[in-house]
Amino acid sequence: MPGSLIGTLRAACGEEHVLTDHHQLRTYESDGLLQHAVVPRAAVLPASAAEVVAVVRACHEHGVPWVARGSGSGLSGGALPVAEGVLVVLTRLRRIVEVDLPNQRLVCEPGVSNIAISAAVAPTHFYPPDPSSQIVCSIGGNVAENSGGAHCFKYGFTTNYVTGLEVVLADGTVVELGGKELDRPGYDLHGVFVGSEGTLGVATRITVRVVPTPESVRTLVAFFSSPAHAGHAVSEIVAAGVVPGAIEMMDRLSIDASEQMAHAGWPADVGAALLVELDGPEAEIEARFDDVARLCAEAGSSEVRVARDAAERDVFWKMRKAAFPAMGRVSPHYYVQDSVIPRTRLTEVLERIEQLSRDSGLQVANVFHAGDGNLHPLVCYDGHVAGEAERAEELAGEIVLACVQAGGSITGEHGVGVDKKRYMPEMFAEADLAAFQKLRCAFDPDGLANPGKVMPTPRLCGEVPGPYRRHPLEAAGLADRM
Amino acid sequence: MSRVAAQQLLPTSAEEAAAALHETQAVRIRGGGTKLGWGRPLETTAVELRSERLDELVAHNEGDLTAVLQAGVSLARAQEAFAAAGQMLALDPPDGGATIGGVVATGDSGPLRHRYGAPRDLVLGVQVALPDGAVARAGSKVIKNVAGYDLAKLMSGAFGTLGLLTEVTVRLHPRPLGWCTAVGRADDPHVVAQAAVQLAHRPLEAEALDLRWEGDAGAVLARFGGSSAKRRAEAARIMLRDAGLEVDCVVEDEALWATQRDDQRGSAVLRVSATQERLGPLLDVAREHGARVVARAAHGLAWLGLREEAADSLAATVAQVRAALAPSPCVLLDAPAAVRAAIDPWGPADPAQLELMRRVKSRFDPKRRCNPGLFVGGI
Repeated sequence: MPGSLIGTLRAACGEEHVLTDHHQLRTYESDGLLQHAVVPRAAVLPASAAEVVAVVRACHEHGVPWVARGSGSGLSGGALPVAEGVLVVLTRLRRIVEVDLPNQRLVCEPGVSNIAISAAVAPTHFYPPDPSSQIVCSIGGNVAENSGGAHCFKYGFTTNYVTGLEVVLADGTVVELGGKELDRPGYDLHGVFVGSEGTLGVATRITVRVVPTPESVRTLVAFFSSPAHAGHAVSEIVAAGVVPGAIEMMDRLSIDASEQMAHAGWPADVGAALLVELDGPEAEIEARFDDVARLCAEAGSSEVRVARDAAERDVFWKMRKAAFPAMGRVSPHYYVQDSVIPRTRLTEVLERIEQLSRDSGLQVANVFHAGDGNLHPLVCYDGHVAGEAERAEELAGEIVLACVQAGGSITGEHGVGVDKKRYMPEMFAEADLAAFQKLRCAFDPDGLANPGKVMPTPRLCGEVPGPYRRHPLEAAGLADRM
Repeated sequence: MSRVAAQQLLPTSAEEAAAALHETQAVRIRGGGTKLGWGRPLETTAVELRSERLDELVAHNEGDLTAVLQAGVSLARAQEAFAAAGQMLALDPPDGGATIGGVVATGDSGPLRHRYGAPRDLVLGVQVALPDGAVARAGSKVIKNVAGYDLAKLMSGAFGTLGLLTEVTVRLHPRPLGWCTAVGRADDPHVVAQAAVQLAHRPLEAEALDLRWEGDAGAVLARFGGSSAKRRAEAARIMLRDAGLEVDCVVEDEALWATQRDDQRGSAVLRVSATQERLGPLLDVAREHGARVVARAAHGLAWLGLREEAADSLAATVAQVRAALAPSPCVLLDAPAAVRAAIDPWGPADPAQLELMRRVKSRFDPKRRCNPGLFVGGI
């Protein structure tokens, strides 16, 4: 990396906000997916959109790739640095620019945490997408990954709430996509940007829609002898026309793990717990809550517990949200998957996962967003045992394939990143990937924004008519012309 | 593939459509033919590429609340099939003859937009025939997916300028068993706008929340569905009454909503992307010009039905309304050809954004074969 680039970055953001020491950079070598680590050449922490522009422009001028990073809680390696590149850390861009409640909009910088948005519009309004990491994860990262959460079966995903973006493209130009208004004329480029995993540019300002806080919430947990029985209850609830605010399932292993952290006192002899939450107008909840309890009982539930108050509801949710961290107590390491299946295929896919787990000799705990068929199998392993990490990764891969074969997706909310890009060809044909690349090239023809993510193999953009020029990634030895 | 006349191509598969696009210099894409007057006039004489033989309802996955439809399936036909299972595709734009492909390509929507969103929010996956002769898919057939770029969003509302949508996968919703609508009427536009916005800020979970204005009177309409529809409509009725409106609850409310849908069309209609706060001033401007208004109150979207006038004075009216409503974008939908030739139906575009849109267009359709010139900025 040319020293003049570092000099430009320091001039733009200040000495202390440009890190080049190896030991300092190690802080940023991974995101939430610890299985991958790359130390970047430099990390820079701009404090404003103007500084981001200066950083991106400097990288463009030097032909150096860069990766944007929010809170680093992503689980697909989407913010994994590039060894030859610059990591653009957005944690200092954390201003809420405008709370426009009369129009039900909030405008903020990308480093603002997900939970801070709901807090800023409370108590009358809230921001529905609620990833489990919402206390730390940033809205910029949510935009990059199109994050979901427990409430998205009813309320939708990040993409359904972002109405406008200010984006810095990889050549350093700034473009406004969308706005506070809906249906602005032209291509839905903010819709395309959400979920593009940092490969189309970096958002420096984000406008989201917020909605009225539900009048009422009621939560129950129903216990079943097996996930299949609980899955049957989910089907019956959905078929009855009930759209729960959240409907989450945990299996035996994840209940055991969470119980050690959340101490909810759930029975020790059940195969699955189904957490169902209805939110909305009191009249509608009253009309449907008993239906849900009855449908659970009819589907074979051994016990239905209704949360008596907010405190008990919090304990129910603590059980669910503790599932990932708690797994660390029962297994030295685990590998989270994020595949999706058509909900009606749940039973057969669970049987397949169980069989794969037996074959590999590794335990798999299952936590799902049951309404939308988004599975989070947690493959447990001990990284200190030779070969076990590799076996875990292999097993996780087989689980992904089983889900795709059932008509599902390789990722529901964590993103492709580096973790799942090798599975992309299982879901998409070459013509599909070629169409993706057209979009990527329209935004970033030099491929400098977060290279090596999403697409299964590096590819370059076709030249715009004119004389051949060497591509910056070719020059850096990161990609070959195909 | 058959050619009905020399100027019409009717592919029977996505592959045929892609081949036709690749071999033809310029095509005008046509679904149900209900919105051919939207957008700028095409730059060149074009062969018509029609989706009408892509008319298979490929799959209705009842248990998963999803469906796969070829682009030429009429929305009405699809809804009949879904209704038989107690489900619906929550898209209710006007135009009985519209195809799902046309509705998605134009991003059109109706009153259910309030709760369920636009086509962009309900399309899970697309298959598209591209001008380079390829057939590409994006998205998935499950309701939650973040793998790959969201080309479904790119194609929704792109007016067929990047390729021909050949198939879409959509999310379905349970069809409410009963409906009930609270209606509040008033002759003061600010009372109407304020009452509508007030309801938009209450956690009512209405299926639809519209306002309308015509002549010297207006109304707020809040529609509820489900087991508690009547109770909730009654609660909304009281809120509207307390806001100073004359109120009513209507159980047989289909005709009310049919009117709301139909009034999104007219001889000259401006679709305004406003905000909630701008709805009051918008009603003032509409009144000044004798325009009828239908609006999705919570989303700040409005359709202004302009009075019939000679082409030049209509063009002048559009310019005046745009100036008065700035910065809200105003897109001219239905309008006589002479008016659409005289003024840009899309209105002004931001230069940086337009440049990026042109880059997208040139990557997908470098030879400008698909609906050349029809879209924003002459894309």
